[in-house]
Amino acid sequence: MASDELFTSGHRGCAGCGMAAAVRMVLQEAGPNTIVANATGCLEVMTTAYPETAWKIPWIHAAFENAAAVASGVDVALKKLGKREGINILAFGGDGGTYDIGFQALSGMLERGHNITYVVFDNEAYMNTGIQRCSSTPFAASTTTSPAGKFSIGKKEKKKPIASIVAAHDISYTATATIANYRDLKKKVRKALDVEGPSFIQIFSPCPTGWRYPSELTVELSRMAVETGIFVLWELEGADMNKIKVTYWPKERKPVEEYLKMQRRFAHLFKPEKKTDILNKIQEEVDEKWKHLEELNEMAR
Amino acid sequence: MGIKQVVKGNFATAVAAKLARVDVVPAYPITPSTLFPEQISTYIANGEMDAELLLTESEHSAMSAAIGASASGARVATATASQGLKLMSEMLFIASGMRLPIVTAVGNRALSAPINIWCDHQDTIAERDSGWLQFYAENNQNALDLMLMAFKISEDHRVLLPSMVGLDAFVLTHTMEGVDVPLQKEVDEFLPPYKPVYTLDVKNPMTFGSFGTPAHYMEFKYQQWEAMKNAEKVIDEVFSEFHEKFGRKYEKVSEYKTDDADIIILTMGSMSGTARAAVDSMRREGIKIGAAKLTVLRPFPFKEIKMLARKAKVLAVADRNISFGFGGAVFAEIAGTLINEKEKPMLIDFIIGLGGRDITQEDFYKIAEISKDAIKKGEVEEMVHWINLKEVK
Repeated sequence: MASDELFTSGHRGCAGCGMAAAVRMVLQEAGPNTIVANATGCLEVMTTAYPETAWKIPWIHAAFENAAAVASGVDVALKKLGKREGINILAFGGDGGTYDIGFQALSGMLERGHNITYVVFDNEAYMNTGIQRCSSTPFAASTTTSPAGKFSIGKKEKKKPIASIVAAHDISYTATATIANYRDLKKKVRKALDVEGPSFIQIFSPCPTGWRYPSELTVELSRMAVETGIFVLWELEGADMNKIKVTYWPKERKPVEEYLKMQRRFAHLFKPEKKTDILNKIQEEVDEKWKHLEELNEMAR
Repeated sequence: MGIKQVVKGNFATAVAAKLARVDVVPAYPITPSTLFPEQISTYIANGEMDAELLLTESEHSAMSAAIGASASGARVATATASQGLKLMSEMLFIASGMRLPIVTAVGNRALSAPINIWCDHQDTIAERDSGWLQFYAENNQNALDLMLMAFKISEDHRVLLPSMVGLDAFVLTHTMEGVDVPLQKEVDEFLPPYKPVYTLDVKNPMTFGSFGTPAHYMEFKYQQWEAMKNAEKVIDEVFSEFHEKFGRKYEKVSEYKTDDADIIILTMGSMSGTARAAVDSMRREGIKIGAAKLTVLRPFPFKEIKMLARKAKVLAVADRNISFGFGGAVFAEIAGTLINEKEKPMLIDFIIGLGGRDITQEDFYKIAEISKDAIKKGEVEEMVHWINLKEVK
């Protein structure tokens, strides 16, 4: 690791933590004139056990549900004190702190138009407390509070479309990214930092501990999520979802099964017998989504 | 000398924030404190105040933003009440744990259920363990003065803890009183700009709000304990400096006709004036009674309460709050304070004025009567009494 990294080694993240890699990439792009407000979660716990810290930038954590509000306070304070110029303010949250408990504070920050980039590291469950269901958890994933069982196929509900909901606030810039698409991610971080007003990036962050896959497959899983079309790389300025720009079109979408079977959180869809109806349902939803995206793309031509 | 103005209590707290040259006001309106953000926004709109007003979507976010702003080096004030303070509660503990000298005016209002917008002290009393200094105003002049002093006390590097200033819902928040509003120049001399020890600064990056393991957590808490102890002394210093500068004397515990009193009634907030009037009436009838007012609840004025207790046969505590399953919270703390005293008065607790029930001189007569009865019998038969309670069917 280069010595000028702002997110340094030696933290307590699990081997193969997708979020840790993502944070590093975001800060590489943001640079040293950056202040981060961080929600409670894995990221805070694994990087700041007193008296150590993995952060070489000013960093503040207050609670679980309020990174957006804390960042808002930093924003106006620096403005008042005449120290705002040239400073990036980032808010970091996990999916729990963003989709669920911190959603109100996030919405408030977006509506007030703060020049803040909010980044959600989405690992699709409450990992810090032990893999519990979140509104970000995808359909049929087994978690400790939506366990697969004789009468359960895992989470019954669909994943909440957080980035679209955020974009509906009519903010300056919304994007999705993965660590497997490094250049795409960095470009999006740059755009998010450069626009005036609120911006939001959802970074797909595979979690070997929570998704139960070998830790060396984190980047591969990110790639497979994109190649199967489960996770769409897109960006948007403003609120009009018809103007969404897909930044990566898989040449030929792989079957979702290939992505799902890599992770033990979906193992019950394959064993003891293959749950073809569930797998078909997931595939159909992905197909529908891409049909819509292709139509939008045609219209835009 | 300041300018005499006839103002509401909420205005007094807002003008204090203006005079204190507060940098950031994060706020979410709630009855009976709404006039505070309204007044601040008017000041800003008219160019009378150079501050950032951050209108958040909840009290929780208001206090969260206060934390972010204070950690950035800004002087921060807000106002809330009742349910709003409860929604902030999580962040109150974090503000004090992070040693951020935020000042909050609280329009003391009852808690739901049933929902009620009128005065009692339950909201701030329930936050007495939050690590905030607590001041209680008797009148609008107090509200203004205590707000100003709260900044100076909180920001002292021996303290670095947040403060809340309680003023009774409606009785003070919405009632017009004559207030001496100090001149900006005088306040500037009294209250220099906030000099934080550490801030979020890209030139000197630091980690705020880190993870405290069992190996370190207790020492963090001990430092808060020590800071609160230091505040005892700093409050005395600031009260005395304020007296010199503005001519108004403040005490943690103010006594009235206590020197030869058999009974002393202890009060907080706006009921204190009524208590003194009742003392005067009863004195005319030959009853040896006095009153004392608690202005500072945190840090608790142990020394002053011990001195006070030596004077009376009965210390009657008027609690405008209730800790269910025990009694009034102030009573409990006074009992705890006196536990190791060789000689102590009988202590009787009176739950009074909950949810805005009027507190009248008659109520203090009733308290005196029960106290006299205890002196006559030489014992306290019932520890907790509810005053002016209707028959509950």
